[in-house]
Amino acid sequence: MAKQIYYEDVEAGAEITPLAKIATSLMLVQWAGASGDFNPLHYEDDFARAMGVGAPIVQGALKRAWLGQLMTDWIGEEGRLKKLSCQYRGMDYPRKMKTMEEPHDGETWWCRGKVIRKYQEGNEHLVECEIWVENGKGDRTTPGSALVALPSRGAP
Amino acid sequence: MTEGSLITDKLRALIGVPWESVVFKVEEGAIQRYARAIGDPNPLFNDAHYVRGTKHGRLLAPPGFAGWPVHEARTKEKLFETLIKAGGPPRILDAGVELEFLEAVGAGDVLTATLRIAGITERETRLGATMFTTAETMYVNERGEVALKSRSTLMQF
Repeated sequence: MAKQIYYEDVEAGAEITPLAKIATSLMLVQWAGASGDFNPLHYEDDFARAMGVGAPIVQGALKRAWLGQLMTDWIGEEGRLKKLSCQYRGMDYPRKMKTMEEPHDGETWWCRGKVIRKYQEGNEHLVECEIWVENGKGDRTTPGSALVALPSRGAP
Repeated sequence: MTEGSLITDKLRALIGVPWESVVFKVEEGAIQRYARAIGDPNPLFNDAHYVRGTKHGRLLAPPGFAGWPVHEARTKEKLFETLIKAGGPPRILDAGVELEFLEAVGAGDVLTATLRIAGITERETRLGATMFTTAETMYVNERGEVALKSRSTLMQF
């Protein structure tokens, strides 16, 4: 893991270390198995069409999990994630698999974020962030926010 | 029910009523499978040996692991069914979620989850007349602490 980030290291406007993700049909199935969400919307062409989304879409909760990883990677082991929210605004369509391991060429998604403000409350050093998942075109399909507590160099 | 409204009296009657609680145990193997499915190599979620040497002492649940969908796929299905049976539009999508993490959740924890529908609203969207339901779930751990609160929004059209 990256080295620990401290409250003193961040300022409003700072970028959260971005995280790249490639959604594939394989990942969606693996996610369905691990999460227990077997909604056919995420693997069945006809069903997805009938639901009005055209083709199977990436699970919202998977994108939520990516944003969770964006934050837990950034805050390190001494940081604490206090709040995480996101809205599923745009549909994302996974790449299909070319071989057992390799997807076809296509989109790469980026989880990104920036610091909105930092403040102290009681003995906590809090940082509020704007976060989002953006698709290959740069559209924010899953905007959200996070609140984290970071360790401080000034406090034990 | 006002003219042209999607929100039936049956739907209105669901608001604020707590559902029967669901009790579940947070399992180590399930955490690892979840972290692998996301592609998250964080040792706090993957390496049971490593975490024993940290202050956490056990595998931590990645944010969003506890609750829906891992532990409450059935609750969400029931929520979908309930909303449709009560007269809501037939097509349902997840519109978003807010999670508040109050206590660490990790392998071995036993959580009691209680859901209630906090509110139902409607407005015109690009999908047509759309109904939004907010469901709040409170998760209490075996020590009686509220460990997690979630607030999720479903859209129906």
